[in-house]
Amino acid sequence: MSLWRKVACSVLLLVVCASLAAGWLAPSGYARQYREAADAPPSRAHWLGTDEIGRDRFARVLYGTRISLLLAPAAALLSTLLAALIGGLAGYMGGVWAKLAMAVTDLFLSLPWLFLLIAVRALLPLNVPPLFSVLATFLLLGLLGWTSAARVLCATAASLRDSEFVKQARAAGIHGARLFWVQVMPNLKPVLYAQFWISIPVFILAEANLGILGLGVAEPMPSWGSLLKELEGLISFGQEPWKLVPLVLLVVVVTSFQLLLSRQEEAAA
Amino acid sequence: MLAGKIARHALALVATMLLGGLLAATLVRLAPGFDADEQQLDPHLSSQSVQALRAARLQHHNIIRFYLRYMSRAAHGDLGSSLSLGQPVLSLLRGRAPLTLRLVGIGLALAWAVAMALALTAAFVRVSACDALATVISGTFLCIPAAVLALLSVLWNVPGALAIALIVFPHVFRYARNLLAKAYSLPHVLAARARGLTDLRILFWHVLPVIAPQLLAVGGVSVSMAVGAAIPVEALCGLAGIGQLAWQAALARDLPLLVNITVLVTLVTLLANSGADVIGHMIRDQKA
Repeated sequence: MSLWRKVACSVLLLVVCASLAAGWLAPSGYARQYREAADAPPSRAHWLGTDEIGRDRFARVLYGTRISLLLAPAAALLSTLLAALIGGLAGYMGGVWAKLAMAVTDLFLSLPWLFLLIAVRALLPLNVPPLFSVLATFLLLGLLGWTSAARVLCATAASLRDSEFVKQARAAGIHGARLFWVQVMPNLKPVLYAQFWISIPVFILAEANLGILGLGVAEPMPSWGSLLKELEGLISFGQEPWKLVPLVLLVVVVTSFQLLLSRQEEAAA
Repeated sequence: MLAGKIARHALALVATMLLGGLLAATLVRLAPGFDADEQQLDPHLSSQSVQALRAARLQHHNIIRFYLRYMSRAAHGDLGSSLSLGQPVLSLLRGRAPLTLRLVGIGLALAWAVAMALALTAAFVRVSACDALATVISGTFLCIPAAVLALLSVLWNVPGALAIALIVFPHVFRYARNLLAKAYSLPHVLAARARGLTDLRILFWHVLPVIAPQLLAVGGVSVSMAVGAAIPVEALCGLAGIGQLAWQAALARDLPLLVNITVLVTLVTLLANSGADVIGHMIRDQKA
């Protein structure tokens, strides 16, 4: 493992541990309001100051990080499973099934990712409980993010379909679903791992975009998207640099994922 | 052969459009609250009137009939009315399209200029530090959410087109850099270098013709990226384009407007991708 990957791994571990220890590091919680100290600068009591309604920004960053870092991989897992099921099966079956699956994939891919998310999110109710909004946001990411992975998996499964070992398995009397699960699926694993890792930073960024546009996680639940929404009121970087902490953290985490990704891409290749 | 390719693309475009429209109509039909009608809550209405209203809405329950009606109206130029803005969708789209076209056009031109300048510099200079610097710059922009770049453009008072360029350029750069690196390692390019041909001659005669079809394909995809980037940029920079309209429609759950914008965006991105593919095909044919 190269030095940069070690650094990326350490950073991610540190951020994950800090977010998991949010209850201990920031016992006040993300929703408690200190009305006497609204929009306060950093102090001993509030390390990153407070937001405009007096909530501790440090606590919100930690809890928001926890939500984004736990649910983005969950959404990535869902999208990878869907991609494996749809793309893998279509590639394995070939013929009209592959064409149909790829037509649907093309349809989804023909729409810009953010537009698709916004359009589908709009179909769900907007005034929902915060927990529902968290689940809805990440479920949407998982349900809509499978297309590009499905395309890769379809091509890989199609190439495996005519490989020697699959022909041999067929000759040995293994057919249908068993052939897919026992022979094809294990060989898709490296691609699945790579697609899983690729999806995580994409989903983190997508959630941030949705949050800033007001279509992500609902208040008072924090997420990187809702925390970044605060930047809307920023007058200059120099005046309130502590407001940039969520952005810096997001960039550091996504960069760390990207650094780790190069290894996954190599593995997939 | 080319005519066949164009015909196939046209067929795929129409099929995808119809499928996309059906999908959008289905989602609209299944969306929570679709069946709700404020008029039914009016205490002045008798039970017979409420029943009549319900009966009138029953025709929308069949998705296929709902979609066919929508298509037949659309064929006559009636895209319906926006629920939130109370205006015909067609006039809304007509009024806002020029701004989005200008933003996306300038943004794409800037993105391609920056991406190609960086990729070519990295390829020409052949110093790993230069390549690393270009990769770090583009990588940094890849890690920043598009909406944050839009917010920063408001903060620094830079044009929205520049924000779109900064969102799109890292993607274009990544592909262009890889394509150039691959092309520069081809045997005939190495031979041309060994013979002492100038860098510009190698680029225009031996490298660009090889990577042109792939670059065109990236061009098609970059249109889709730029259209997607227009949403946060227009929404957060207060620019009254189609991106902002899509965002407003989403926030107001203005489903008729959203369905029409979906079909329009699908059409634009498919046209861009198909156009890039057909031109790439023509270049390949010419080379053959």
